[in-house]
Amino acid sequence: MPVQVRSEVVSTRRAGIYHVLTLTADGVPETTRPGHFVGIAIGDMTSGLLLRRAFSIYGVQQRGIYGGTVEVVVAATGPGTRWLAQRHRGDQVELVGPLGRPFMLPREPVSCTLVGGGYGSAPLFMLAEQLRQRGCRVDMILGASTEEKLFGVLEGKRAASTVTITTEDGSLGETGRVTDALPEVIQRAGSEVVYACGPMGMLASVAEVAAEHGAYSQCAVEEAMACGIGVCMSCVLPVVGNDGVTRMVRSCVEGPVFQGDRVRWADIGTIPPDTLGAPEVTQRSSGLTAVTPGAQA
Amino acid sequence: MTRAVVLPASALVGRPPDIDMTAELGSLVMPSPVLTASGCAASGRELDQFFDITTLGAVVTKSIMMQPRSGRPTPRMAETPSGMLNSIGLQGPGVHSFLEHDLAWLRERGARVVVSIAGNTVEEYTQLAKLLRMYDGIDAIEVNISCPNVADRGQVFACRADTASSVVGLVRRNTDPRIPVLVKLSPDVTDIATIAVACERSGADGISLINTLLGMVIDTETMRPALAGVTGGLSGPAIRPVAVRCVWQVRQALPEIPILGMGGIRTGADALEFILAGANAVCVGTAIFNDPSAPARIHAELASALADRGFTRLADAVSYAHRGAEGASEGPPADAEAADPAGESGPDDSAASEAAQTETADDAAIANPDAGA
Repeated sequence: MPVQVRSEVVSTRRAGIYHVLTLTADGVPETTRPGHFVGIAIGDMTSGLLLRRAFSIYGVQQRGIYGGTVEVVVAATGPGTRWLAQRHRGDQVELVGPLGRPFMLPREPVSCTLVGGGYGSAPLFMLAEQLRQRGCRVDMILGASTEEKLFGVLEGKRAASTVTITTEDGSLGETGRVTDALPEVIQRAGSEVVYACGPMGMLASVAEVAAEHGAYSQCAVEEAMACGIGVCMSCVLPVVGNDGVTRMVRSCVEGPVFQGDRVRWADIGTIPPDTLGAPEVTQRSSGLTAVTPGAQA
Repeated sequence: MTRAVVLPASALVGRPPDIDMTAELGSLVMPSPVLTASGCAASGRELDQFFDITTLGAVVTKSIMMQPRSGRPTPRMAETPSGMLNSIGLQGPGVHSFLEHDLAWLRERGARVVVSIAGNTVEEYTQLAKLLRMYDGIDAIEVNISCPNVADRGQVFACRADTASSVVGLVRRNTDPRIPVLVKLSPDVTDIATIAVACERSGADGISLINTLLGMVIDTETMRPALAGVTGGLSGPAIRPVAVRCVWQVRQALPEIPILGMGGIRTGADALEFILAGANAVCVGTAIFNDPSAPARIHAELASALADRGFTRLADAVSYAHRGAEGASEGPPADAEAADPAGESGPDDSAASEAAQTETADDAAIANPDAGA
C-alpha cells in the first residue's frame, strides 16, 4: 500500500553523471521490495511541471537517525530531473511510494543473472542482496554507452559473484552491449532467471536472449508516466495475459516488472491489431485505414 | 510567501471550518462540492489508497463505451507549461466489465458515482443510457460528447448545438428519470453558451464545463509530433482561465442550471474561482496526477477560503462574482436568491472586503498564488 509523504532530502551525492538522493520516507521502506518505484513531485504548488517523475528505489533504510529513508538515482536529463538533482540537504520534496509490482523472487535457490542498462541498474543491488539471502547465485552485467553512464560498478562487485561490464565505446569493460555478454554469463553461471532493468530496446533483447537460453526473464520497464498510480492510462504497453489475450496494460500498476516473454516488445508504440478493443481496420478506397478517431479522454 | 501546506495530512489537521459544504447538482445532493474529473481517477479504486473516496462529492468515472477499447498508441502524454496534453483515446474495458467490476466495487465502497458515458454514434449513447437504467447505485450520468464521432466525419458532437442537444435529449429520454443527466461540453467552440442553452432545452439537467482543449506539441529533437495521436487534449492549470470564462458565460445564459466546473483546479482558491463564477460543484482532474490526495486537500482548502471570506454555506458563494457590478444591469444570480429567500445570500460586500483586508500574507498567497512570486 503506497503512502504519500512530505519528504526531506537527507543527503545527495554524485555518481558518474548521476545524482543519488537519500530522502526521508516514513512508512515506505517497510513495504518496499526490489523493483518498486516512487513518484516524486517537481517543485511546490506553484510549479508549472505537474507530472510526477518515477524513480526505481535503489535502497531503503527502515530505522536510521532520520527514520525511514529511500534512495533514488536521478539522471538530470530534463527540467524536472534537473530541479530534483539540484536539491540540497534539508530541502523538501513530496513523494509517493512504494509503487508498482516488484520483481518476483524464485522459491528455489537458483542461479540468477541481473542485467542493468545505465542507471537502470539502480533496483538490482537490493534485488541481488535478497536473492543471495535466499541462497541464489547472482551474476551481474552492467552496460552503458560510455563509462560515465554506468551506475554501481563497485557495488556490483560486492553484490554479485561476477560482474561483467560492457560499454558501447569500449571506455570500460568489454566493447559492446549487455546482450553481447549475456549468453556467456547465462551459460557459465547456469542461470535460470534473468532480471533486467534499462531502456526498452535493451529489455527486448535481454528477453529474447534469455528465452533462447531457456531462462525465465523479468524486465522492469522504463515507460513515460504521468501519475504513477494507475489513473492516467499514459504508460501502457501491449502485454499478453494468462488467457493469451493482448491488452494495453499500465506499466505503473501492472508493472513496471513484467515477464519478458509476455511483453510484445516489437509492438510497443503501436496497438497490435489483435489487442483487446483495438480499432477495427477498415478497407477504404484510399487504402488501409485504421479507425482511430481523435478521442480526448 | 507561499503557503507551506502542501501535504494533505497537514492540510486536514486542525479545526475544520464550520461551513456547510453541501453541493447540489439537480437532484444529486452531495456533502462535498469536490468531485474527480472523468478520466483522471479511473473508477476510484486507486485513489482510495490515498484518501477516503466516500468523502468526495462523487467519483466521476472514466468515460465508458459499449465495447472494450484499447485506446491509442504511445506516447499518449506530453507535459506542457502548467499542464499536459493527452491522447489516451478512451481506453476502457467496455460497459459490461465496468458494471460488473467497477460499479459493483464503488457501490460496495459506498461512494457516490457519476458515470461518464461516451459513444461513437448517437445509437451507442442511447444503448448505454438504456443499459445503465437497469442498475442501481448510479447517482448521475455525465454525457461525454467531446469524444470521437465517426458518424459525423471526425467532428465531435459537442461542437454543434444540434448534435450536442440531440445526444443529450436521447440520453435523457432513455435513462432513469430520477437521476440527473449532465452534459460535458468542449471549450473549442465559438459560443459555448449557445450550445449549453440548446442542451438545456433538450433536457440536460446540468452542464459540465469544460473538457480539454485540443492542442499539439512537436518534439524538437525528433522534429515530429510528440503524441502518437498527433493532437491531444490540453488540461491542467494552463486552461483554468478558459474554464472559468466558460462557466461565467454559461451561468449568465442559464441562471438556474446546475454547473459542474472543472479545468486546472489545483487549490481551494482555484475551486473558489469556479464557484464564484457560477459552478455548483467542481471536479479535480490533472492535479490528481501531481497530488493523488488533491481532492481531499482542495475540499479542506475551499472550506477555509469560504470561511475567510465570511461565508457559512458553499451554496451562498455560488455565482457570487455575478452580483451587481457597479452600474451594470445584471443582478445577483437567480439561484442564489432562490436558495436563500431571506435575502441573506452570502456576506455583504463590506464584510467581504473587510475579510480581504485582514487576510494574512499566507492567506493572500492562497487567494492569489502568484502574488509576490
